Amino acid sequence: MRTTIPVGPYHPLIEEPELFRVVVEGERVVDIDWRTSYMHRGIEKIAESKTYDQVVFLVERICGICSTSHPIAFCNAVEDLVGVEIPERARYIRSIVAELERIHSHLLWLGLAGHYIGYHTVWMWSWKYRELVCDLFEKISGNRQSYAMIKPGGVRQDIKASEYGGIVKAMDELEPKMNMLIGAILDDPVMLARLKGVGKLSREDAVKRCTVGPVARSAGVDIDVRRDYPYAAYDAVEWNVITQTDGDVLAMAVVRLLEILEAVKIVRQCVDGIPEGPILEEIPEVPPGEGIGVEEAPRGECFHYVRSDGTNCPYRLKVRAPTYSNLPSFRSRFIGERVADIMIILASIDPCYCCTNRAVRMEDGKPLRMLDEKNLLDLSWERTKELERSFPQRSRSWLEI
Amino acid sequence: MEENERKLSKLSRWGLKKSPWAFHLNTGSCNNCDIEILDVLTPKYDAERFGIVLVGSPRHADVLLVTGIVTMQTYPRLLHVYEQTAKPCLVVAIGACACSGGIFDGSYHMVGPLDKIIPVDVYIPGCPPRPEAIIDGVVKGLAKL
Repeated sequence: MRTTIPVGPYHPLIEEPELFRVVVEGERVVDIDWRTSYMHRGIEKIAESKTYDQVVFLVERICGICSTSHPIAFCNAVEDLVGVEIPERARYIRSIVAELERIHSHLLWLGLAGHYIGYHTVWMWSWKYRELVCDLFEKISGNRQSYAMIKPGGVRQDIKASEYGGIVKAMDELEPKMNMLIGAILDDPVMLARLKGVGKLSREDAVKRCTVGPVARSAGVDIDVRRDYPYAAYDAVEWNVITQTDGDVLAMAVVRLLEILEAVKIVRQCVDGIPEGPILEEIPEVPPGEGIGVEEAPRGECFHYVRSDGTNCPYRLKVRAPTYSNLPSFRSRFIGERVADIMIILASIDPCYCCTNRAVRMEDGKPLRMLDEKNLLDLSWERTKELERSFPQRSRSWLEI
Repeated sequence: MEENERKLSKLSRWGLKKSPWAFHLNTGSCNNCDIEILDVLTPKYDAERFGIVLVGSPRHADVLLVTGIVTMQTYPRLLHVYEQTAKPCLVVAIGACACSGGIFDGSYHMVGPLDKIIPVDVYIPGCPPRPEAIIDGVVKGLAKL
């Protein structure tokens, strides 16, 4: 018998309140469908009434977690339109901020993933280490989130030479903790049993569904905007694009974990090699025309299109955020999975803590079987406990790192 | 009878002040405030040691933490959640969006700000407010009860 389980519109895992209709037969998922736009705020329309300088603050608030990715993509688009080269120092500062943001975003995801499968230690630990990055942001930009560092033509604020030491120190502190976390996660048989082979995405499907970012890279698609269309200072530093081949939730976790280490590497090199000089190339006026800008956000490729009619406000702004591209991959990944794994698969494309809970609502007055956050979490936690019981001798080697 | 009711309401208000349970509702925010709410519960601030937890149902909530501008799509759901909460319930508007609309003021899809729709007890401005500010706001709100 087929049963429809509505997940949403208020749900803890998804960036915006979205409604997922999961059709199950017994314990297995047979189909999934979704409705979006609960969070539609009309940002593209508001942007048309703001000046280019103000739009940066607006696009920063598309997503609070990628609050540097959207401004960088927008500024890339404006700079492409005007045809201006930004100063070398501004490039390095952009890279530093973007990579610090990647660290904080991936740690946030890791914590949530731990929470959803019932590993609260992982949650608390990774959020504790994330505070290092938040404190660093507060030091260099003045705000823990929404840093307002980026401006068309360069950056708004400089990173002072006296702050380099703090950045390097935080990275030194973070790296061993990350190695410990990676060891803790990849050494744990329960974690492996819980994540391996769950929500598999084949390479063909990843290409066919137009996935981007860590989701595509975990399925073996070697794409990364930072390498393919370099912006900021990414062509001046040494780093690797992390790919995996399995395409399951474990591969996605591995990609993100290793990307944190790569980000630490990039930040270190940028702080070492940052040149002196101006941080802003003034843009006196924006000529009529159109420009595109891309940025590798923590969740994947973020795309902005700007059209100008020669005034000081954009005539049209179009944004395509990475989650939008990654959502269709659910159709390939959900079929045949267990209900208890719904949470972690939904989480695997990288959730935000947008909504910690959801409204319980009847669909068209029909009594549907509702699973709210708690039921789903209970199912998920139960399954982890079940696995824990079957692995009495758990490896503890990572504790000694 | 009235005397009993008065005593009972005094008791329930006193009970509210100890270990308040919070329900978090996002009505169209950018996740910033939402992360900071979560930050309050994680090791650095650790409000959970005082018995403050996020609960899964509005029916269990003493405090309603609302973020976002209240979009047209979330408006009926906000009312639905507010109706479900047991009164008295402390409604906290977190962030510039919930307080005034912030940068989204004037959007065609905005119904808020929040105090146009439901009575608000505490406003916590900031984009996003710091976790300390959120703790301070909730504590001040509870002292008001």
